[in-house]
Amino acid sequence: MSDSTKTVKLRIWRGDSTDGALQDVEVEANEGEVVLDVIHRVQATQMSDLAVRWNCKAGKCGSCSMEINGKPRLACMTRMNMFEEGETVTITPLRAFPVIRDLVTDVSFNYKKAMEIPAFQPPAELKAGEYRMEQIDVERSQEFRKCIECFLCQDTCHVIRDHEENKKSFAGPRFFIRIAELDMHPLDQLRNRKRTAQEEHGLGMCNITKCCTEVCPEHIRITDNAIIPMKERVVDVKYDPVAWLGSKIFKREGIL
Amino acid sequence: MSGVFSATRAKISERTLRTDRWWLQPAITVAVLVSFIIYATFRAFESKYYFAEPLISPFYSPCLTSTCPEGASLLGKPFGTVALFGMAISPALFILIFPLGFRLTCYYYRKAYYRSFWQSPPACAVAEPHSTYTGETKAPLILQNGHRYFFFAGLVFNVLLTIDAFLAFRNEEGHWGHMSVGTLVLLTNATLLWLYSASCHTCRHTIGGRLRHFSKHPVRYKLWTWVSILNHKHPTFAWISLFGVALADVYVRAVASGSITNFYFF
Repeated sequence: MSDSTKTVKLRIWRGDSTDGALQDVEVEANEGEVVLDVIHRVQATQMSDLAVRWNCKAGKCGSCSMEINGKPRLACMTRMNMFEEGETVTITPLRAFPVIRDLVTDVSFNYKKAMEIPAFQPPAELKAGEYRMEQIDVERSQEFRKCIECFLCQDTCHVIRDHEENKKSFAGPRFFIRIAELDMHPLDQLRNRKRTAQEEHGLGMCNITKCCTEVCPEHIRITDNAIIPMKERVVDVKYDPVAWLGSKIFKREGIL
Repeated sequence: MSGVFSATRAKISERTLRTDRWWLQPAITVAVLVSFIIYATFRAFESKYYFAEPLISPFYSPCLTSTCPEGASLLGKPFGTVALFGMAISPALFILIFPLGFRLTCYYYRKAYYRSFWQSPPACAVAEPHSTYTGETKAPLILQNGHRYFFFAGLVFNVLLTIDAFLAFRNEEGHWGHMSVGTLVLLTNATLLWLYSASCHTCRHTIGGRLRHFSKHPVRYKLWTWVSILNHKHPTFAWISLFGVALADVYVRAVASGSITNFYFF
């Protein structure tokens, strides 16, 4: 074993939807490696049937989401040298979604929620290729386009993580940035996104405790730039009589 | 069993597997906020030592009852004397609902107290103790949507406290052109409150966040970019302005009670 290689202790959750447990394992880790590298070594040397979802190993596909020492993280972006010497690293599947096997969960909840959000609706008179926008009008939306759909924000959101029954009425932070992206889009013609955000997608369930922002590997400021602005836009159309009156008198497009 | 212990989720008995001190931040938040609440309650009911020419405590400005000393009533004494059980109600109780409401409905403080007091959640990926959750969709929490009204009320208070700070460029006899430690205290307090208000999420929305086309509103866009920079620091301003209010009151109380003398630079 070279100087840059050391043995690390892991506790990996193994099981399926019926039962499971944390299993201890020791494995070599080389300098510069990430958790996903070490999991692959465990798979290659000791647990050949260990199920793990992964793809790009570059923090861009969003596949290797799991919980490492209890925190939702991408395994490919979590370096082994961030742990203390001799520390046991606990690795589990995402705890907000149904487990399929070992570190793989069923995240189809998110795809169902994605389908519930109406797509971008361009002006009827424009054909594809004729859209023209100024950069300052689209840059807010562009931040949200960085999302890699790793669903770590969905996993950490206590609204559904701690309350399974809320899944039917709550879209979650990933889809609040989608709604914000479209509501802030200068060419989107659908005008009821604020109301539906509150009435159909459960924006009011969010109590802005910012865990989604804390875990986002793309550092999207989900709460400050999407959820709170959407909450304020909802107040404009649903809860603020002065703003509502202003929109009727002045026909202000911005808050419709 | 619900949440992380639901039937379909990975069978893990711990409510969290976090190994860091996730409980520290909510514990500090509780300690600081409880200390402030105790002190502010004591001072709001104390009803004395809040004015020492030319300084007035931010807890008592504007002083609106007939028990207020001359010089402390910037806006007159419209409430006269209101008594309960034979005791005059403290002038602080007529005004504190506004700054209190502003902080109570503030998007940052909501995060702070939902996490630390209500444990919803206590920290990220730490299971909360509640069996049901409806967020801000029902009374009383749906009233959080009224934050903007407290924001505008807070602006009025910022103006009044700024005037108080300028009035403190006088000496005890009311002559202008003087400056004391108390002047600096009130100026700092007013500045921190303006920073807290200017960095507010509602301010950001009102200034330009509500717009769909920044390019059609270049001035509001520019202002929005400035407010957005401040907005990054909103939690910091929320805390230091809270300390600023408390310390300004401590200083005025110390001067008014005769514990210390307000030192004049000139």
